[in-house]
Amino acid sequence: MADLKIRIWRGDATGGAMEDFSVPARENQTILDVVTQIQREQAPDLAYRFACRVGMCGSCAMEVNGRARWTCRTHVKRVAAPGEVVEIRPLANLPVIRDLATDMAPFFDKWAKAQGSFQPKDAPDGSVPAEFSVVPPNSKQRMEADAGIECIGCGVCYASCDIVAWNKDYLGPAAMNRAWTLVNDVRDGGNKARLDAVSGDAGCHSCHSTQSCTERCPKNLDPSSAIAGLKRKLFWDSLLGRR
Amino acid sequence: MGAPGARLWAVQRITAAFLGLAVVVHLVTIMLAVRGGLSATEILERTRGATLWFGFYAAFALCAGLHGAIGLRNIAGEWLGWRGRRMDGLWLAIGLLTAAFGIRAAWGLYHG
Ligand code: SF4
Ligand code: SF4
Ligand code: FES
Repeated sequence: MADLKIRIWRGDATGGAMEDFSVPARENQTILDVVTQIQREQAPDLAYRFACRVGMCGSCAMEVNGRARWTCRTHVKRVAAPGEVVEIRPLANLPVIRDLATDMAPFFDKWAKAQGSFQPKDAPDGSVPAEFSVVPPNSKQRMEADAGIECIGCGVCYASCDIVAWNKDYLGPAAMNRAWTLVNDVRDGGNKARLDAVSGDAGCHSCHSTQSCTERCPKNLDPSSAIAGLKRKLFWDSLLGRR
Repeated sequence: MGAPGARLWAVQRITAAFLGLAVVVHLVTIMLAVRGGLSATEILERTRGATLWFGFYAAFALCAGLHGAIGLRNIAGEWLGWRGRRMDGLWLAIGLLTAAFGIRAAWGLYHG
């Protein structure tokens, strides 16, 4: 089999350039395999990140031919025809630390800003409530929460959203998807602050509903609909004077 | 609602809903009116003193002014980075001014 032509972005926060590599092609090979091969055999100082290699941790996300993906779950065959160059860059919309490793801090800071942590309703001091909440699995709210709960925080949606690129304060799809699961969590008592946090120009009202986030989420989640849910809730709550 | 963006969003959706209907009414009226030719006198005959039509076009102009200005505000924020309370005030003024021109025109047909 002919070698694969790989082009990788090398550099740091001050700038960088593409560098060409050639890697032996194999029958079955993921983008992460290719990057690992390059680091082991050709460029020991190549920085990148991964952990589970099976699509569970979300740490291996990068831009492959202009599209954010989990590299461990992306076969070379799926993204490039034989002989075609594969371009690998660090995840978009995040500061680069070095080479293919980005700084995820702004992404997680925005989860915190969107009030993405569970606030137990009955216990403002954080202690375990005395009573268990009964949450019927087929109640509407439970189903809304379930739909978004499997997010593993990989940042693929965040890197795929134009609004994130245009507005540095925009919370982004993952943080608001998380907020929406909590808005629908009947055990949670933090909705007032949460809905304030996700409303306005930094929040759901700047989303264009273009659904790149939904299209690219490797977990098949639907942050776009979650954001639409937030808009709907804020609209009716304020119209009916519930806020 | 907290952030101005949220209120503006609500106004933009509500005006959009009204404009959707209004454009249909506007077009249907045109189509009915032009059957057999149309002259300025005919238009004035229909609109002069017709309070309902004046109300309709005044609301139309107000919605169009606000809807357009909010849309431009969002584009300016995203593409040019023009944001903040001052800009919001400016866009509101532009929206109301556009609306005022439209309402003035409707008034002319109603009264003139
Ligand atoms: S739907 Fe909204 S959050 Fe998702 S990519 Fe588009 S603008 Fe971004
Ligand atoms: S919503 Fe999907 S793409 Fe976005 S961080 Fe969560 S798992 Fe990743
Ligand atoms: S390495 Fe864990 S998801 Fe790819």
